[in-house]
Amino acid sequence: MNSLETPLHKVQGLGASHSGTGHFWRERVTSVALIPLSLWFAYAMLGLIGTNEVAIVSFLAHPWNAILMGLFVVISFYHLSLGLQQVLDDYVHTPGTKLFLRLTVTVIWVIASLVSVFALVRVASL
Amino acid sequence: MADHPQKSGAPARARPLSPHLTIYRWQVTMLASITHRVTGTGLGLGALVLAWWLVAISNGPEGYENFMSYAETPLGLVILFGFTWALAFHFLNGIRHLAWDLGYGFEKHTATRTGSLVYVLSVVLSLGIFAVAWTGHGGYLQ
Repeated sequence: MNSLETPLHKVQGLGASHSGTGHFWRERVTSVALIPLSLWFAYAMLGLIGTNEVAIVSFLAHPWNAILMGLFVVISFYHLSLGLQQVLDDYVHTPGTKLFLRLTVTVIWVIASLVSVFALVRVASL
Repeated sequence: MADHPQKSGAPARARPLSPHLTIYRWQVTMLASITHRVTGTGLGLGALVLAWWLVAISNGPEGYENFMSYAETPLGLVILFGFTWALAFHFLNGIRHLAWDLGYGFEKHTATRTGSLVYVLSVVLSLGIFAVAWTGHGGYLQ
C-alpha cells in the first residue's frame, strides 16, 4: 500500500519504458503487408519500364492498380517511420534533438503519403 | 542534478560502455543486421523518389519528361540500381527477420548461412531485374 505508483500507471503495466509492444507489432504487421505489395510493385515497375507516359497513366488510372500503388506507398512510408523511429531511439541520445527528428520524420511521411495519394487521384482523372 | 545524464548531453565523468561495433570481430550476422538498417534508411529516399515519380506522372507529359531527364542519366541509373538492390536486400532479410520472430532459423550456423544467402540472392535478384529491363523483356504492361 506504500507504493507511489498511481493506479492508472499500475494497470497500464508498462513500467519505466512508457510503451509496450505496439511499435514492434505495427512494424511486423506492416512488413507482412509489404511482402505481397513489394512483389506487385516489382511486377508493375518491370512491366512499365521502357514504355511511355501514356502507358504509365493508363496503368495507374486503373482502380486496382491505383489502390495497390496507394497501399504500397502509404504502408511503406508508415513502415519507414516506424523503422526510422527505432534508429533515432538507438542513436540519438539528446531528448530535444530526438523529439525534433521524430517530429520531422512524422511530418515528412504524412505529407509524402498525402502527396502520393493525391497524385494517384490526379492521374486517374487525367 | 547538474550531472543528470538525461538532462545534460554528456555526463561529467565518462561512464563505462558495453563493447560496440569497433570492438567486436565482424561476422555475417552483424553485417546483415547493419545492412538491414542502412538499406531501410536508404529506401526512405527511394520512397520519396517514388512519390516524386507519381507527382511527375500526374503533371502530364512534361512532368514525365522532366522526371526521366534525371532518371535516365548515368547517376540516375546508378541510384535506381541502388534502390533496387536495397529493396531486394531489405525484402529478403525482412523475411529472415520474420522467420526469427516465428522462432525459426535462430541456430548460430543457420543464421550465418541465411545471412550470406540473403546477400547473394539480393545481388542476383537486382541484377536480374536490371537484366530483364535492359534486354527489353520489361514493359509488358503496355
